[in-house]
Amino acid sequence: MNAHRSIAFVFALTAFLPALGTCVASAQEQEIPPKLHWSFAGPFGLYDPAQLQRGFKIYKEVCSTCHSLKLLAFRNLADPGGPAFTEAQAAAIAATFQVTDGPNDQGEMFQRPGKLADRFPSPFPNDQAARAALGGALPPDMSVLAKARSVERGFPWFIFDAFTQYQEDGPDYIQAILNGYEDPPPAGFTLPPGAQYDKYFPGNAIGMPKPLSEGQVEYTDGTPATVDQYGRDVSAFLMWAAEPTLDARKRLGFQVFVFLIVLTGLLYFTKKRVWHEVKHHPELLEPHPPTEYRS
Amino acid sequence: MSEHSIYRPQSAFMQWMERRLPIAGLVYSSFVVYPTPRNLNYWWTFGGILSFMLGVQIVTGIVLAMHYTPHVDFAFNSVESIMRDVNYGWLLRYLHANGASFFFVAVYAHIVRGMYYGSYKDPREVLWILGVILFLLMVVTGFMGYVLPWGQMSFWAATVITNLFSAIPGVGDPIVTWLWGGYAVGNPTLNRFYSLHYLLPFVIAGVVVLHIWALHMVGQNNPTGVEPKAEKDTVSFTPYATAKDAFFIGVFCLFLAWFVFYIPNYLGHSDNYIPANPGQTPTHIVPEWYYLPFYAILRAIPNKLLGVIALISSIVLLAFLPWLDTSRVRSANYRPLYRQFLIVYFLVVIGLGYLGSQPPEGGYVIAARILTGYYFIFLLIILPLLGLFEKTKPLPNSISESVLREGVAVAASAPPSGSRG
Repeated sequence: MNAHRSIAFVFALTAFLPALGTCVASAQEQEIPPKLHWSFAGPFGLYDPAQLQRGFKIYKEVCSTCHSLKLLAFRNLADPGGPAFTEAQAAAIAATFQVTDGPNDQGEMFQRPGKLADRFPSPFPNDQAARAALGGALPPDMSVLAKARSVERGFPWFIFDAFTQYQEDGPDYIQAILNGYEDPPPAGFTLPPGAQYDKYFPGNAIGMPKPLSEGQVEYTDGTPATVDQYGRDVSAFLMWAAEPTLDARKRLGFQVFVFLIVLTGLLYFTKKRVWHEVKHHPELLEPHPPTEYRS
Repeated sequence: MSEHSIYRPQSAFMQWMERRLPIAGLVYSSFVVYPTPRNLNYWWTFGGILSFMLGVQIVTGIVLAMHYTPHVDFAFNSVESIMRDVNYGWLLRYLHANGASFFFVAVYAHIVRGMYYGSYKDPREVLWILGVILFLLMVVTGFMGYVLPWGQMSFWAATVITNLFSAIPGVGDPIVTWLWGGYAVGNPTLNRFYSLHYLLPFVIAGVVVLHIWALHMVGQNNPTGVEPKAEKDTVSFTPYATAKDAFFIGVFCLFLAWFVFYIPNYLGHSDNYIPANPGQTPTHIVPEWYYLPFYAILRAIPNKLLGVIALISSIVLLAFLPWLDTSRVRSANYRPLYRQFLIVYFLVVIGLGYLGSQPPEGGYVIAARILTGYYFIFLLIILPLLGLFEKTKPLPNSISESVLREGVAVAASAPPSGSRG
C-alpha cells in the first residue's frame, strides 16, 4: 500500500510542479499547427506521385526563387518512390535550369543547361548574397526542411505518437506556416520592419512575404488551385525531398515485420519445448554437474 | 550428464586442435555446459540482448564509417548522402541511430534488474563495477556519436558538455581548450570525436569480455538471491538460456524494427537536421533521451562546479552500491522496505528524465531539485540504514525449493500450461 502512495506522490510532483511553472512562463500562447491527413502517414502510407509532381511545380515556380534544394539532383525526380517523372521528363526539367560548370580549358567557369546528374542550382551564390537581396532574411535550404521542423507535442501526446506512428509534424508545420499569414496583424502586435505576421511561426514575425495566393500556379489535373491545396502539395514534396526513401523503408519494414514475427514465434515455441521438463516436472530433472568454474 | 561437463572432441581434427588451442573447450564450458540458475526470468535476457546490440552497432557503424566524412564542411552532407545515395544507407543510419537508443534501453533494463535483485552483492562486486565502467563507456561513445552528423544539436551538445570541464577550478579552461583542439568546438574536435567514437566500441567489447569472465567466475544471481546449492538448482546454458535469450532478442528486434522502419526520427531532435551553425544557439539545447535524467541533475544545482560533481557522482556512486547497501539479503522480493524505496528511485529517475527535457525554469527546477535530492538520499542514506533496520522476509532454503513451492501453488490454482513461459 505504501508503495502505491509513494508512486502517486512522485507522479504528482513531476506533473504538478511543472504545470505550475508553465502557467507562469507561457503568457504568450503559440498556435499549434493542426494535424492533417497525409498519404504517406502510417505503416502502409506511401507518397502520392501526382501530389509530388504538383508540389514540385510549386517549388519550381514559387519557392525556388529564394530557397535552394542543394542536396537533390535532377535524377532524383525519376527515382522510384518519388514524383515518378520518366527519365526523359527529368532530363527535360534539368535542361530548363542553368548550372555553373568548369573551369574549362581557358580556366573560365561557364553556364550550361542542367543534366540528370546535376544537383539543383541555388538561387543565390552564397548566404550573404541571399541576405543582401532579401533585406536581411535568409531563406533556409529546403532539402531536409520537412525533417528540420517539428511541432512541440508535450506530455502525454509524445507517448501516444510512438504508437500511432505520428511522424508528419514537419509537413504539418510547413502547411500551417503557409496558411497562417494574417494581414493586418492582431491588435497590439508590433511587427518589426520588413516582417509579416504568421500565427504559427515562433515569435509570429516571419521574414518571408506570403508566398502563395489563389490561382498563382496552374494545375492541369483538375486539382483545386487554392492556397490550402498548394500548401499541402508543396509540403508533401518537401517531405519527399527530406526523406526520399520513405516508400522503400515502409515496404521493407513490412517484410521485416512478417519475418520477425514468424521467427520470434518459432523461437517462442522452441523455448517452450526446451523448457517443458524444467517447468512442469522439476522433480524429474537430472542432477547437473559442477563445471571447472564452480568449487 | 556428467560426461558433458568436460569437452571431449570427437573428430581427429578437433582433437588435434584441442591440444594446441583449446578454444572449442572454452566455448563449450562457457556457453554450453555453464550452469545457470533454473529460476531466471526474462529480466536476465538483457545481457544477451546487449551483446547482440553491441554487434549491431559495430557492424552498422563500420559500414557507415566507409561513407562518412569527418570534416565540419562535409559531415552533415555526407550523412545526407548516406541517406540518399548509398544502397540501403538509410537503413544503416536509422539502425545505428535507433540502435544506440535501444542499446541504452537494454542497459537500463539490465541495471534495473541488477539493483532489484541485488546482483552487485558479494561475490559480484567486481562484475558490477565492470558493468558501471561499461555504462560510462557507452555514455561517452553515444555522446561522441551524436556529435558526428554535425547538426545544430550535435554542435551545441558538444559545446555544452565539453564546457562542463571548465568548471574545474584553475585548470578548467586549459583542459577545455585541449579537448577542443582549439578555442571553440571545431574541426579538430569533430575529428577526434570521430576517432574516439570508432575506438571506444572495441574498448567496450574488451571490457565485456572481462564482464563475462567475472560473471563465469561467480555465477549468475537469480530472483531469489539464494546461491545455487545443489546440482538440481541449475540448468545448462545451452539449450536453456540460449533458447530463452534467442526468443527475447526476437521480441526486442520487433521493438527496434518498429522504430527503425516506421518512426525513425521519433527519438531524435528535428534541430539536428539543421546544419551546425556556431553563430546561432538553439532555443533549447537537449541531449538524447538517455542522458536526460543526468542532465536534469546537472541543471538542478545552481552552482556549475557542484552541478558537474553531482552529475558525475550520480553515475560513479553506483559503482559503490555493493558497500552502500548494507543488507545481506540480495533480492528485493524479500526486502519489503527496500523494494518500495527502490521503485520510487526508479520513478524518480524517469521523472528526472522528463524534467531534463523541459526548459530549466519555474516549477521544473523545483521539481528537479526535489527529485535530485531523493536520488542521492536514497543512495547515500536510505540504502546504508535500511540494511541495519529492515526486517526481511524469510528466504527459501534453495532455488529448487522456491521453484517447487511456486510450482505447487500454480498447479493447485491453474493448469500447468498457464505458468510463465
